[in-house]
Amino acid sequence: MEIPEDLRYTREHEWARRKGSAIVVGITDFAQEQLGDVVYVELPDVGDTVKKGESFGVVESTKAVSELFAPISGKVIEVNDPLSDAPETINEDPYEEGWMITIEPSDPKDLETLMDAAAYKAFVEEQE
Amino acid sequence: MRYHPHTPDDVRAMLDVIGAERVDELFRSIPQALRLDRPLDLPPAADEIALFSELRRLAARNETAHPPFAGAGCYPHHVPPVVDQLLLRGEFFTAYTPYQPEISQGTLQALFEWQTFVCLLTGMDVSNASMYDGATATAEAALMAGRITGRDKVVVSAALHPEYRKVLATYLRSTGDEIVTVPFGADGRTDLAALEQAVDGRTACVILGYPNFLGVVDALPEAAAIARKAGALTVSATAEAVSLGLLQSPGALGADVAVGTFQSFGNPMSFGGPAPGFLATREKSVRQMPGRVAGATVDKQGRRGFVLTLSTREQHIRREKATSNICTNSGLCALASTIHLSLLGKRGLAELARLNHGRARMLRDAMERAGCRPVYSGPFFNEQVFDVGDAEAVVARLAKRGIVAGAPLARWYPDAPLARWYPDAPHAKGALLCATTELHGPELIQLFAGAVRS
Amino acid sequence: MANPTGWKPSMEQEAKGGGAAAEAPGLGGAVRGLAYEEPLVFEHGSRGRCGVSLPPPPADFDASDLPAALVRPAVDGLPELSELEVVRHFTRLSSWNHGIDTGFYPLGSCTMKYNPKSSEALARLPGFAELHPLAPAELAQGALELMYRLERALSEIAGFDATTLAPAAGAQGELTGLMLIRAYHEARGNPRKKVLIPDTAHGTNPASSALNGYAVVQLASGPDGRLHPETVRAAMDEDVAAIMITNPNTLGVFESHIAEIAGIVHAKGGLVYGDGANMNALLGVARPGDMGFDVMQYNLHKTFATPHGGGGPGSGPVAVKAALVPHLPLPLVVKEGERYRLVTEARERPQTIGKLREFWGNFGMFVRAWALIREYGPEGVRATAELAVLNANYVRKQLEGTYHLPYPTDSLHEVVFDDAQQKDAGVTTMDVAKRLIDHGFHPPTIYFPLVVHGALMIEPTETESRETLDAFVAAMKAIAEEAKTDPEAVRAAPTRPVRARLDETRAARKPVLRWQPGMNVE
Repeated sequence: MEIPEDLRYTREHEWARRKGSAIVVGITDFAQEQLGDVVYVELPDVGDTVKKGESFGVVESTKAVSELFAPISGKVIEVNDPLSDAPETINEDPYEEGWMITIEPSDPKDLETLMDAAAYKAFVEEQE
Repeated sequence: MRYHPHTPDDVRAMLDVIGAERVDELFRSIPQALRLDRPLDLPPAADEIALFSELRRLAARNETAHPPFAGAGCYPHHVPPVVDQLLLRGEFFTAYTPYQPEISQGTLQALFEWQTFVCLLTGMDVSNASMYDGATATAEAALMAGRITGRDKVVVSAALHPEYRKVLATYLRSTGDEIVTVPFGADGRTDLAALEQAVDGRTACVILGYPNFLGVVDALPEAAAIARKAGALTVSATAEAVSLGLLQSPGALGADVAVGTFQSFGNPMSFGGPAPGFLATREKSVRQMPGRVAGATVDKQGRRGFVLTLSTREQHIRREKATSNICTNSGLCALASTIHLSLLGKRGLAELARLNHGRARMLRDAMERAGCRPVYSGPFFNEQVFDVGDAEAVVARLAKRGIVAGAPLARWYPDAPLARWYPDAPHAKGALLCATTELHGPELIQLFAGAVRS
Repeated sequence: MANPTGWKPSMEQEAKGGGAAAEAPGLGGAVRGLAYEEPLVFEHGSRGRCGVSLPPPPADFDASDLPAALVRPAVDGLPELSELEVVRHFTRLSSWNHGIDTGFYPLGSCTMKYNPKSSEALARLPGFAELHPLAPAELAQGALELMYRLERALSEIAGFDATTLAPAAGAQGELTGLMLIRAYHEARGNPRKKVLIPDTAHGTNPASSALNGYAVVQLASGPDGRLHPETVRAAMDEDVAAIMITNPNTLGVFESHIAEIAGIVHAKGGLVYGDGANMNALLGVARPGDMGFDVMQYNLHKTFATPHGGGGPGSGPVAVKAALVPHLPLPLVVKEGERYRLVTEARERPQTIGKLREFWGNFGMFVRAWALIREYGPEGVRATAELAVLNANYVRKQLEGTYHLPYPTDSLHEVVFDDAQQKDAGVTTMDVAKRLIDHGFHPPTIYFPLVVHGALMIEPTETESRETLDAFVAAMKAIAEEAKTDPEAVRAAPTRPVRARLDETRAARKPVLRWQPGMNVE
C-alpha cells in the first residue's frame, strides 16, 4: 500500500496536496482498496464551496457507497471531470490521475492540521 | 397436511439428531409467559374440495354478466391465455429477487425486456424494474423530482387520478413539501393559465395525467413548456397504458419522468391489485431513480448476461440514505406485461389502441343518441365522462342488472367540488366516467347505452 | 465425501476444454443438451408477424378526432413474433431460472416456501380476477367477505386488534407502521424525532424511518446476538418515537428480553414496531401482540406462501393495537349486519393517515393467503412454525463444526454461519454460495446480517423434506472439504449454470439498461 511522503491525510482517507496556493484532493490507496472497483463518482461543481470535515461528494463500488469529506474549507476551482467516464482511474492511480477536486483554501493553515504520511500510516495500521 | 412433508418418524429422527426430546424444546428461548397457551381462533382446516367449494361460493358472488364499463385506473382487457400459461411456469413465479444472477438469467433478461418496453412506449431513456402501482410510482416521481431540483413544492392537476393525488399527499406529508392543485377547464384539460400561475422557482415538478382521470388527453406539451421555463420537471402519469399505442409518447411531448401502470397489459383487474407500476426517466436522472434495475454485462467467459445493477441507490446498501425504501416490487406482474406486449408487438399494439379508441367513439355516439352528453370537449382515448342525470342512481340501477356502469365523478371530488370551479356545469351529480375496451363489442355498447337511458 | 448429485465438477471443466468455443450454440440454439441460448425478444422475429388475435378495428377508423400532434405511428422497435415464438422465448428464459419448484431455496429471511398451486387456481376464479375495484359493494360481497375474514385472521394470528391490508409489500408496510406511529405521536402533540434500530435490522427499516422524517439511532446487539434492555434504556428518551425490532431477529435468535424492552420504551411514551419478516417462526406458538409490540407488518409472500414472482408482487398488511386503530390507512372493510362495505373516505375516519396506494391492496395476494390459512386451520398454522424451526435446527446441528457459528445462541427458523473456517484456504462466503449452485441448490442469503462478517444465512422453511435437507447438508460439507483440497475449484464456481460469474463492475460503470433499435446489447 502506497502512502506518499509529501501529502497530508484525513481520518476519512482523503489526501491533500499543495499546488501553488491551491490544494488538490483525492482518496488514498487504502481507501480505494477497501472500496473495491469504483463504478461511480459524484463531485461538486466548480465554484461550489466545501467545508472541512463535511461531505463534498460520493464514491461508489457495486456494493458500497462512501462519502467524500473535505480535508479543508474553501472554494472548488477545478474538478477532475474525466473521472465520471473513467471512475476506474481512482483504483488505478489514486494519487495522480485519480485526483478529484482542487480547492482554493479559505484558511491555508487548515492543511497543517491534517496527518502527515507517518501519522496516517500508523492510523491505517491501527485500522487493519 | 400436504405441504408439510414430515412423517412422525422423520420428526423423531430429526429430533434425535438435534438432541431434543420434543419439538417444544426448540422454542425454549421464548419465555413461557410470552407463549400462546391456546389454539389460534381460526376456522378449522379445510380439505382441498371444501376449500374450493367455499372460495368458489365467495367468487361467484362477484361475478357479473358483462365486462365493467368502469375504468378509472383499472381496465378490463382481454388477456391471451399464453400470458398466464407462461407466468405459471414455476421457474418464474416461485423465484425470488434475482440476487444470484447465474441462476436468475430468465428473470433478469425478462426485466431487461420489460425496461425496454417501458422505454419504447413512454419515449424515455431508462426505466426501473417496476413499482407497486401507478399511485406510488407518482409519489416516488415527486420525491425524485425533489431530490433532483432541491425544491419543495409539487404542482398537480386536479385531473390527475384522485387516488394518485391521495397517495402523493400521504407520501409527501413527512417531507413537508407543499402540494398545489390547479383546476381543469371545460375541455377537461389542465387549466394552463392557472398552471402558469402556480409554477414558480420553488416548484420541483408538475404532474399531469396522460390521459387524465377524466379520460381526456391532457395538454402535456404545453404544461411541460411551463415547467421547463421555471426549472421544474414534468411528470406524466398514465393509468391506461394501451393509450401509448396511439398517443404520442410522454417523452416526445416533453415529460422528464413517465409513471403509471401497465395493468392493461396482461394483468387481470383483481379488485385493483396487484399490477405493475412503472417509472421511467431521462438518462441523466438514472441515479436518482428509485427501485431495482436490471442491466446488461458479460460473464467470465465473455457471454452476455444480466444483473441487478446501480444497487447502491437502494435500501439494502444505502439504508436511511436510499432513494426509496422499496424492495419487493411487482416483478411477476411486469413479466405478465412483458409477455403480453411481446405477443402484441408493433402491429398488435397499434391495432389494440385503435380498437379501444374506436369503441370509445362508438360509445360516445350511442350515449349521445341516448341523450347523455359528453361533459368534456377535449380529445379522449378510451374513457370519457357523460352526463347521465344522476350517476349514483344509474350505477345502482345497472348493478341490479349485473353491470358495473362506471365511476360517478362526484365521489372523487368531494373536497374540491366540480361545482366550485364550474358552477354552471351539470356534471357534479350527473357525471359518470365510463371506459370501453376491446371487450366491449358493438352490441354490448348498445345494450349499455339503452340501460343507462331507461 | 458424499456428493449427492454424483456429478464431478472437474469432468465438466475438461469436457468443455475450458474455452468459449465449446459453448457455441448448435443449429437449433442448444448449447448443451436441452439448454438454449436465447436472444432478446427484440432481437428476433420478422416484419409483419403478430401474436394476438383481435377483432378488426372499425372500418372507418382514422383517429381524426385527435390532434395530429398527439397521434403516434406504430411504435418502432416493438417485436414482431408469432405466438409460438413468444412461447418458446419465455419458456427458454424460464429454464435459466431457479425457483422453489426447481429445487431447495434456503434464502435466509426471505422464507422461500412452497407456493400452493391451489392458491393460484383460486386467485384466478373469474369472480376474483375479473372484479373491478369500483364494482358496487353489492357486486363485490364475496371479495369483501374474504378481505374481512383475512383481516380478522391476521389480527388473531399476531395478537392485535385490527389489521390494514392496504400496503403493497413489506417495505410499504414498514412505511405505514411508521406513519401510524407518527400520527399517534402527533395526535399527542409531538411527533418526536428518532427511531431506534438494532444493528441486525433489514435495510428497509432505516430507509422507511428516513422516509418518515425520523433520524435513525442504531443499537448494538449483545455478544449473544440479542438486544439487551440496558442498551435500550441508555438510548431511550422522550424524543424517541419508536423502536423497530425483528423478532426473531435476522440471526434467527428470539429477542427474549422483548417484554422488558417494550416496558422501557413504553415508559417513555415510545411505541414498539415489529418487523414481521420472521413471523414464520412464531405462528401459533407466540404472538407479537402479547409481547409488547404495538404495530407489526406481515409479508404475505413470506409467511403465507404467496409467490415471490422474481421480486413481487408482495403484500404487507399491518396489524395494530387499539391506540393506533383510528389512524389506520384507507380503505377498511366493515361488516354491517350481513353486509360488507369498504370505508374509503377520510370523512368517515378523520384521523386516518390516508391512502398508501391505489384502490384496496393487492387483493390477488389476499385470496392466496386466505386459501392457505383455510387449508391449514389452527393446527396447520402452528405446525408451520414448529416444522420450520425443526428444519432449521436440524441443518444447524449437522453443519456446526464444518462451518463456524458466530452466535451459538439458540436459534429458531433460520441459522447464520460464516466463512471463518474456510478463510485460511482463501475461500469466501461468496465462493461457497456459488459452489452450491453447481450442486443444484440456491445459495443462502449472504453477507447479511451485517453484524456477521461473511454471513451465510440459511432458512429451510417447513415445506422441505428431511431428504432434501440431508442432500443440502451433504453439499455444504462437500464444499467445505473441497475448500481444503481444491480451493481453486470452489473459487471458479459456478460452472454449471448457463452463465458463469457475471461482471457487476462493468454493469455499474457503463450502465446498459435497455435495448433500442439498431443497438447491439453486450
